[in-house]
Amino acid sequence: MFNYNFQWRPVWRSLPDLFEASLVTLQVAALAIVLGILVGLVLALVRMNMRGPARWIATAWVELARNTPVLFQLFFFGFGLGAFGWHLTPFTIVLVGLTFNSAGYLAENFRGGFNAIPDTQLRAARSLGMTAWQAYTRVVIPQVFRLVYHPITNQMVWAVLMSSLGMLVGFRELSGETQFLASRSYRIFEYFAVTAVIYFVIVKIILLVSRLLAMRLFRY
Amino acid sequence: MIEIRDLHKYFGDLHVLKGIDLDVQKGEVLSIIGASGSGKSTLLYCINALEPIQKGRVVVDGTDVHAKGTDINRLRQKLGMVFQQWNSFPHLTALENVALAPRIVKGKPKAEARDIASEQLRRVGLSDKINVYPSALSGGQQQRLAIARALAMEPEYMLFDEATSALDPELVGEVLDTMRLLAEEGMTMICVTHEMGFARDVSDRIAYFHQGVMEEIGPPQQLFGNPHSENTRKFLAKVR
Repeated sequence: MFNYNFQWRPVWRSLPDLFEASLVTLQVAALAIVLGILVGLVLALVRMNMRGPARWIATAWVELARNTPVLFQLFFFGFGLGAFGWHLTPFTIVLVGLTFNSAGYLAENFRGGFNAIPDTQLRAARSLGMTAWQAYTRVVIPQVFRLVYHPITNQMVWAVLMSSLGMLVGFRELSGETQFLASRSYRIFEYFAVTAVIYFVIVKIILLVSRLLAMRLFRY
Repeated sequence: MIEIRDLHKYFGDLHVLKGIDLDVQKGEVLSIIGASGSGKSTLLYCINALEPIQKGRVVVDGTDVHAKGTDINRLRQKLGMVFQQWNSFPHLTALENVALAPRIVKGKPKAEARDIASEQLRRVGLSDKINVYPSALSGGQQQRLAIARALAMEPEYMLFDEATSALDPELVGEVLDTMRLLAEEGMTMICVTHEMGFARDVSDRIAYFHQGVMEEIGPPQQLFGNPHSENTRKFLAKVR
């Protein structure tokens, strides 16, 4: 009844390749989060403070990013733009796709964060002679950052896991590499089982680092 | 000197200040009393342009506060403000709270800003709380921190917006004592307050605001002893 013979040796031999691919995964996810934070912050500020086309674009961005499958978003930047003759490399497709997605989610987190900071903080800062820029960067945003810190961590985890969709647009990150190696040796189950463990460990490391960093950053 | 001429302020259709005329001399302590919604806090916000005005003028040392082209950030350095909700910056220690504006607004070197800050914290009696975050301070201590933060900019005027209204009764005294100290040092102060005892003891003049109008202004003895206006009389009868 159960006569599958596990063969792990090919997997062990490929571990260096898998670790290298893990770094690619981490790289694209980390870049997407850094860009996502910057773009998400801008989207949130535009949605809160502006009117007209800028606000419509920001709102459309957030709505699309949050309410359509990530896979479709990747396909759009891969095959969708390809149809118009705009060909991005697999790395860029995944980076742009994940940035688009994280920016949408983070924008809403930022918006919630900003709304949680009383207006009076801004007033107090301005009453000391700070410019609006100084008041935001020195007083308001540092407080917002603490509120969105854990959501950002979650988004980072999400980006690592979602980057596996990269394999469907030909990107050789951890999943793409796993599929490539697995199809060469036909040890599909073994390869993906080990890769699942690698993902699990990566996520646990991210959570640990995030927690240690929080202890250093937020002493109040 | 602060000169206010025919100041009108609306919130939408609501006419909050209906033509205020008021001069505050250097070194004077003026208290503003009146019921909630009488416009007294709004007046303070109009003096340092945290609120725009619809008509009239506010002139501080010859500078028209609301004129186009006025460098409001520079002007606000002269006008320290203390709020009802003390608004300490929760992510900064007491020292950092006070040192921030001297450093980034006035461009003082870090070490000098810290010296200024610890000096002001000493002045309000918080020397032992320098490295404490606001969450570990009582309301009264946070309000004194807010006073130190405003003083660190070396303002020429201090505006107090119901500085003790949000405090537990037992903490009011320490804040009032700090304000008294400032008054004795000759600071020009405008205090919107519900503390009648403080207003009587410390003020040179007291103004009574009623429904957006400055109903009456005069020395404490006159306002408390022999108010001219019927509304003032009624108000004082209620609060005493």
